[in-house]
Amino acid sequence: MASLNAKITDAFHELASERSGSKDPRVRRRDCAKPMAPGTAVGGCAFDGAKVALQPITDVAHLIHGPLACEGNSWDNRGAASSGPTLWRTSFTTDLTEIDIVMGHSEQKLFKAIREIKEGYAPAAIFVYSTCVTAMIGDDIEVVCKRAADEFALPVVPVNAPGFVGSKNLGNKLAGEALLKHVIGTLEPDEPGLCDINILGEFNLSGEFWQVKPLLDKLGIRVRACIPGDARYLQIASAHRSRAAMTVCSTAFVTLARKMQERWDIPFFEGSFYGISGTSEALRRIADLLVRKGADPSLLHRTEILVAEEEAKVWKRLEAYRPRLEGKRVLLNTGGVKSWSVVHALMEIGMEIVGTSVKKSTLEDRERVKQTLKEENLLFESMSPRELFSLLLERKADIMLSGGRTQYIALKAKLPWLDINQERHHAYAGYEGMVQLARQIDLAIHNPMWPQVREPAPWEPALVVAKRAKREA
Amino acid sequence: MARVVSQTKSAAVNPLKSSQPLGAAFAFLGIDGAIPLLHGSQGCTSFALALLVRHFNEAIPLQTTAMNEAAIIVGGADRLEEAILSLKARTRPRLIGICTTASVEARDEDVAGDVENIKRRRAMELMGTEVVVANTPDFDGAIEEGWSKAVTAMIEAIARPDKQYRNPRKIAILPGWNLTVADIEHLRETAVSFGLDPVILPDVSGSLDGSIPEEWMPITYGGTKLKEIRDLGATMQCIAIGEHMRRPAEALQRLTGVPYVLFRSLTGLENVDRFIRVLAAMSRKQSPLNVRRNRMQLQDAMLDGHSHMAGKKIAIASEPDQLFQLSDFFTAMGAEIAAAVTTTGTSKALEMVPAKTVKVGDLSDLESLAATADLIVTHSHGREAARRLGVPLMRVGFPMFDRFGSQHKLTILYRGSREVIFDFANIIQANHHPPNPWPLDSTDRRGSQ
Repeated sequence: MASLNAKITDAFHELASERSGSKDPRVRRRDCAKPMAPGTAVGGCAFDGAKVALQPITDVAHLIHGPLACEGNSWDNRGAASSGPTLWRTSFTTDLTEIDIVMGHSEQKLFKAIREIKEGYAPAAIFVYSTCVTAMIGDDIEVVCKRAADEFALPVVPVNAPGFVGSKNLGNKLAGEALLKHVIGTLEPDEPGLCDINILGEFNLSGEFWQVKPLLDKLGIRVRACIPGDARYLQIASAHRSRAAMTVCSTAFVTLARKMQERWDIPFFEGSFYGISGTSEALRRIADLLVRKGADPSLLHRTEILVAEEEAKVWKRLEAYRPRLEGKRVLLNTGGVKSWSVVHALMEIGMEIVGTSVKKSTLEDRERVKQTLKEENLLFESMSPRELFSLLLERKADIMLSGGRTQYIALKAKLPWLDINQERHHAYAGYEGMVQLARQIDLAIHNPMWPQVREPAPWEPALVVAKRAKREA
Repeated sequence: MARVVSQTKSAAVNPLKSSQPLGAAFAFLGIDGAIPLLHGSQGCTSFALALLVRHFNEAIPLQTTAMNEAAIIVGGADRLEEAILSLKARTRPRLIGICTTASVEARDEDVAGDVENIKRRRAMELMGTEVVVANTPDFDGAIEEGWSKAVTAMIEAIARPDKQYRNPRKIAILPGWNLTVADIEHLRETAVSFGLDPVILPDVSGSLDGSIPEEWMPITYGGTKLKEIRDLGATMQCIAIGEHMRRPAEALQRLTGVPYVLFRSLTGLENVDRFIRVLAAMSRKQSPLNVRRNRMQLQDAMLDGHSHMAGKKIAIASEPDQLFQLSDFFTAMGAEIAAAVTTTGTSKALEMVPAKTVKVGDLSDLESLAATADLIVTHSHGREAARRLGVPLMRVGFPMFDRFGSQHKLTILYRGSREVIFDFANIIQANHHPPNPWPLDSTDRRGSQ
């Protein structure tokens, strides 16, 4: 456990990041590992975070070492897309029983499980995740993985992030540490190019990175590794030869980006593919970093041309939605990078933001929202469902954008809602994604179903109906 | 009689199981004004919550003691107390149902003892709220056991043990987890139509049936009232549905002397007939008109549907009681259980499953046994296997996250049995392939849909 503790401390020791670097270490620790209060806590644990951050690597077998619940209750619940292998969607767990734990068989069972998976599924690598119980009973997954790797001549990567060590966010960071320690830099690429980049913290949910990749292709920029979305093991193993990097979900992988910069001199920036100006800025900064690292300077010019063309096209397409969405009031309940990037995008098409949550956001994320919104009291921290429910009514929101966990707060209040988190069914990244987002918001707000469901029941007395109408007006 | 074959693999691949604490939390959700509290790390709750939400498409009240590293080392009693008091203060529940997880149980913590201490020390603050503990480690059992243990725990902690006046109209019904909201509503209406006054424990209608309260509710609304549990001793007779409900039924009998009768399944003509006879005997009434009509409609559905079911090979995977309920019904309609997979091997219901063997295992076991089946019957996680094999999937049980309305599907009594026939026959008809004009090899035939 000692090495794990050291790793956790290290994960919070974030110095060089442009957005986190200014922070006092105590603030940093607070940001990343807010104490979890019994009876009021929501959200995932460190194990959840680690698995989320690595599972979209598609040709790897992800083996969860612990009792059933950790994997049995959580598998097949995220919509990352793969352009090839489907192995990542197969669920593997050692499903420890009481006998395994009492008799001390668990390490042995893990080793056998690794063998079974190697023989039955021929994975590119196996990632082994520890969980609360296996960490508690002292299973040394690092040693088991090393032995298995030697014996089976296969990369077997320990991911040491048991749930109890902290939040989902911490788990993201520990996943980055595992990649850094065991994967990245273990393989030399065949033909490193001057325009190779890494994208970190892009999950390719609903395949949305595929809306961005063609833009990069047009510019001749090659994504050597998109971590973790639609990634292959070998791409990640050779990611250290890329020339530049962008972190998309910074809270997840900024530490990884910083360490890759230190170790392999890969400059990075924190950006977003949400919104029109966000996408344009990201493209420009990628080009800029590459040119500074020796790519042909004409890349800058070509980028400007592409941006100008694409922006003109997307604005034209958005014109159709503007009259339908202008002045509509949005409440955002999401976190991290989306707290400012989506806000910005929605304001671009004339919508009014009546509130946005800044939970899971870094200090710099907050700064950006403040600058965009120009009004501090629109920012709120994590909220209880009841508070969120009243906020929706108080501020007369026309729609709430959030993740699946809070959807019923809006829906049960008979208000439009749109999923912008991991379970969503539409891709919102890039220029294309902005049109899709506008379309989905339009469909949600203007659905003819709303007036019907709000209609009072035939047996409701007129007095009650009038009272409610007055309250809602 | 089926032979139960235990698991030999070290890696479970595509788990069939959901965890035991989730099953217990599910049962607590059937109580009015309740909140289940998972005692363990934060993730245990977050995963269970996400899965329940995906299945029901409802907001689910569920909380965690959020055990951290210190609690894992020194024990979780303090965090348990903090969680109980915080929940009480914020949401004023009538019941806090504690479900222990593997992290606490592997430490061998005396959670029941801890809760007794907390109740004693904080008696004033906790007035008006029952706190009940179900010991449900993740490394043992699955939904079915978790559900059964939570119901037993509620009976033992809340039902009044003293002698009470028995109301001849009142009966207690203890439904298994595999009964849907619609099943429970139908069960109640049927009992009421005999002039009986049923107390159903747990009753997942209300908070899980899609109704919309005016205000935001942080606890369950609808379901069994605590007073009804307290007064279970005043019922004449207890009806338990599913082998896993024998344990709570016995607890009730031990505590209050109320006798029980156990139905392993309420699906299929013979099983329902037996149940209706019991209701008629208890109420001393003739079967009402609607029940008679429903029986005729089931007979008709059996006549219409049997040819689509006859000779069909079924690969089925579920918790023991549901496995028995459905395979018993399918074979009674002429189908054959070609493969049966279940979550845990201790239930007596497994021996009764009409298959040569029942494999304790996962969905990869089902997949390897189902290649030549005509139909796969399991929950939504089976969709990948079904797609790979090209065998149609009938979704049953938990979780069902890629279809709407699972809670409003009837599966029991005459009407529910009829619905199951319709479902089954429709899937078979939709996937019926006429012979090809030229012979194909087997892989092509499977992949062609």
